[in-house]
Amino acid sequence: MGVLNRKDLLFIGLLAALVLIVLPMALEPFRLNLVGKYLTYGFVALGLVLCWGDAGILSLGQGVFFGLGGYCMAMYLKLEASTPEATKIQSTPGIPDFMDWNQITELPLFWQPFHSLALTLIAIPLVPALLALVVGFAMFKRRVGGTYFAIITQAIAAILTILIIGQQGYTGGVNGITDLRTLHGWDIRTDHAHTVLYFVNAGLLIGCLLLGQYVRRSKLGRILVAMRDKEDRVRFSGYAVADFKIFVFCFAAALAGIGGAMFTLQVGFMSPSFVGIVPSIEMVIYCAVGGRTSLLGAIYGALAVNWARTTLSEAFPELWLLALGSLFILVVVAFPDGLAGIYRKTFDPMLDRLLPWLRRRPSVHGPAVLPAQPIASAE
Amino acid sequence: MTDDIRSSLRRRSLMQGMAGASAAALLPSLLPGAARAQAPATAAVNTTGLAVTDSTVTVGILHSITGTMAISETGSVEAEKLAISQINAAGGVLGRQIRSIQEDGASDWPNFAEKAKKLLVNDKCAAVFGCWTSASRKAVLPVFEQYNGMLYYPTFYEGLEQSKNVIYTGQEATQQILAGLDWVNKTRGSKTFYLLGSDYIWPRTSNKIARKHIEGHLAGCKVVGEDYFPLGHTQFNSVINKIKLSKPDVIYAIIVGGSNVAFYKQLKAAGVDLSKQTLLTISVTEDEIGGIGGDNIAGAFACMKYFQSLDNPNNKAFVAGFEKMYGDKSVIGDVTQAAYLGPWLWKLTAEKAGSFDVDKIAAASPGVEFKGAPEGYVRIHENHHLWSKTRVGKALANGQYELVYETAELVQPDPFPKGYQ
Amino acid sequence: MLMGYSFGDLGSIMAMQGFAGLILFSVFVLMALGLAVIFGQMGVINMAHGEFMILGAYVTFLTSRLFTTYLPGAFGAYFFVAVVLAFCAAGLAGMAVEWLLIRHLYRRPLDTLLATWGLSLILQQVYRSVFGAREVGVDQPEWMMGAANLSESIQIPINGLIVMALTTLIAVAVYLLIFRFGWGKQIRAVMQNRAMAGAVGIDTARVDRLTFGLGCGIAGVAGSAFTMIGSTSPTAGQLYIVDAFLVVVFGGTGSLIGTIASAFTISQARSTLEFFLSGSMAQVVVLLTVVGILMLRPQGLFVLKVRR
Repeated sequence: MGVLNRKDLLFIGLLAALVLIVLPMALEPFRLNLVGKYLTYGFVALGLVLCWGDAGILSLGQGVFFGLGGYCMAMYLKLEASTPEATKIQSTPGIPDFMDWNQITELPLFWQPFHSLALTLIAIPLVPALLALVVGFAMFKRRVGGTYFAIITQAIAAILTILIIGQQGYTGGVNGITDLRTLHGWDIRTDHAHTVLYFVNAGLLIGCLLLGQYVRRSKLGRILVAMRDKEDRVRFSGYAVADFKIFVFCFAAALAGIGGAMFTLQVGFMSPSFVGIVPSIEMVIYCAVGGRTSLLGAIYGALAVNWARTTLSEAFPELWLLALGSLFILVVVAFPDGLAGIYRKTFDPMLDRLLPWLRRRPSVHGPAVLPAQPIASAE
Repeated sequence: MTDDIRSSLRRRSLMQGMAGASAAALLPSLLPGAARAQAPATAAVNTTGLAVTDSTVTVGILHSITGTMAISETGSVEAEKLAISQINAAGGVLGRQIRSIQEDGASDWPNFAEKAKKLLVNDKCAAVFGCWTSASRKAVLPVFEQYNGMLYYPTFYEGLEQSKNVIYTGQEATQQILAGLDWVNKTRGSKTFYLLGSDYIWPRTSNKIARKHIEGHLAGCKVVGEDYFPLGHTQFNSVINKIKLSKPDVIYAIIVGGSNVAFYKQLKAAGVDLSKQTLLTISVTEDEIGGIGGDNIAGAFACMKYFQSLDNPNNKAFVAGFEKMYGDKSVIGDVTQAAYLGPWLWKLTAEKAGSFDVDKIAAASPGVEFKGAPEGYVRIHENHHLWSKTRVGKALANGQYELVYETAELVQPDPFPKGYQ
Repeated sequence: MLMGYSFGDLGSIMAMQGFAGLILFSVFVLMALGLAVIFGQMGVINMAHGEFMILGAYVTFLTSRLFTTYLPGAFGAYFFVAVVLAFCAAGLAGMAVEWLLIRHLYRRPLDTLLATWGLSLILQQVYRSVFGAREVGVDQPEWMMGAANLSESIQIPINGLIVMALTTLIAVAVYLLIFRFGWGKQIRAVMQNRAMAGAVGIDTARVDRLTFGLGCGIAGVAGSAFTMIGSTSPTAGQLYIVDAFLVVVFGGTGSLIGTIASAFTISQARSTLEFFLSGSMAQVVVLLTVVGILMLRPQGLFVLKVRR
């Protein structure tokens, strides 16, 4: 069918073996739960590869979509945890505790749908995608792109954080939504639940990876790359450039939303600190470290950076920021193609020599042609 | 010969990662036959698999040392390390030296939860001293309850919480607020109040309690305005004009973080003279004055439980110890002192319980007294908060507070106050 | 009488409120101008802008220390020395950063954003290691911290007036530099067509370096001025950066006039609303309006007519 060639299969198989077999066997439950958390950032990084690597749209607001997905999940879990029996010491039993602290006596309307698990599951990809649709429509239809688009998404991230923090009666404010207990009656706090959620998460991630690969190998994916390299050429060929951009932006947003929901389930709460500017930019660096034009690279990037963060901040908390900052600069200046770039330059030709039957069909993402730098706008 | 013992002891103490305690001071606890003979067997004091050996017990320190909250939390880390080194120098806890593992919360709440879990699950810490903001405490609370850890939380906070797994060494809102309002009403005859706060749970809850007290319990008093600002807000000129227009007897300010500096500088620049206009705050400790500048806040009143200038022998020794360890320009605020109480209360409780087991510590906590507390005398209440005195201090230009009032008795902690919710 | 207040009271409050709005406007312009110069003229977003501001603040702090120790007699005037030093320090640091980092990335505007973000993390940690995690108190001479009494009941903050004066000075200087002097012509030429500008003999690398240095220098001055009204700590730059970005985005890029107009609109809206609503609510209303307008006019208030 042309979506996956032999080499893709080999490497996706390797990733699956790593996250589904090697890591669960090698790590104790606590560390495995951490890896599960890192993998949720992999969803965002996948979206960024399509958005930024392929289409040249850098969004510095992916944290918004991650957060929205996470909040949708958290609202459902919070409602389930706030039964009238569990909250009987409140002035108004049956509503989340932070609402009671803020003198709210009735569940707000926009919380109502989250009583239902089905609606919640629909909302998780849909709410982020809808916001992306509105933003994308307003921006891309007017041909706003490049750096300016990046800082607008960043402004949106800042604004949304301030709104969430300011409306604490409805959102839990700066504390976020905490103390989540069960998913449809199933306790998500036990080690067993964490293990189950880890596998669900890893499976979903590989599913999304395949979906992303499908999009890239389709005609749509080629148009995206063509747009990145010379937008006007594609426009003059008669394609509606803006529509393609809007689609890929929404797709990335939906992926981020799924990641956020999985994050909430595994960590047990959601807070506005994921919506802001800082996490949004960090998510971009996961993608950059892994290689902005490689889906697999993005996942390895998310794993590698977060693993480094945990290890370094345990050993030398003061050095962590220096290391992260230097990593940003190093990757951007010296290795713009990240881990995947290093692989393509050095190991891929070797692999081709050693295992000739693996050789890829030539494709737009093929190793022979290193993708040009994504230059989105202005020039 | 003696030199050999000393150098090997020094190496050993260094290996245990202890700062500030001299090898000589460790001598008794490490010599076989001396203090060790009294140390109960590990199997007896630790039945739940905590990180306790024959000679050491491991605890965690969990604060932000990077990010925006590092400004406030640095003092707490210093105080906790000081207390631990003093306890070690005095022979440790149940004959064991305290070894501490420090983790960085990085001003990020989910990160606090991750690190708390690491300290409990991975490092098996017998107790954790840490957290500062309400948000970080809310983030780690489920972790401590699930994995049955013990958290000593130092900050004055909004109340509405009580947990078997937490000892709150700072004051809860009613302890901190009510006595101050009564005092300002009685001694200065204040009738009208303007409430200000940063926009999150602690200032909102505290102002709610203040408003109920002002309107319900103080005759003829009323609130003439109430305003909240986003965290990190730096522009206060408009609200200062509003305050000027409503001319309150008291400005009641619960502004936190970097906003504090902006608020007091702009208040002074707008011509509000704090020697004439009464301002009562519950959020500015000596730590914050360092950034605001003593000149800019001189004359304001603060209501909390501890000031660096308190004149009692405990506090003199504490301040001297702090200055010896961190330099003689050290500033010590209310929260820093409360953080210092944590390791001591834990030590006293462990010795009362005769065990490091969290369940036994939690059960033995009520009634534990600490007579050496810098703030005077404290005792743990059944609800895991502290009985403590409430004090009002007047800010001086040199960055210190001058004690002007303290309650005669210890104030009872009441995290779920009836009639104030 | 109105709402229980006398007309005299209301009059003075309106006057003071007017000044509050103007001061906020000056603060916004000062914050955003450096960012706008760099972005407008070079297409580079300097994410480390806040950290350059804090560099200026720390320079001011050090200068005040030097004066208290060696020249206590001249302390009253130290601030003006500090502003100049802050400009030079931040400007030179900016030029160094341009030379080391930015010039390698001109063909990749999105990547400069990430690289300067990395730089901001490093700078924050450096400040923390050098000056400690706590806020430092910057002493101001007594005359700067008071209020000017225009009448019995109208009091204007002197530090606000100083910020206004500084902002005016810097804005006029930037205007003259870019629109009246030869160097400004070079900047504009490079902005409009880099290749052609190079071909007619303009040293584009030098122009870039000086522009970046100028933007960072203005950030340093802003940081120096903000020691009068705000806090100085390793992460204080983050307090200002969001507002600065909003002003630049809302104003539209490539247009300094747009930046100023946007600063004026946002500051007046915020200061008026803050008077009638709570501070938090005022900010929410302003932000929602800004988002709404951005959705309708994503290029901002003022746009250069450049076909993309």
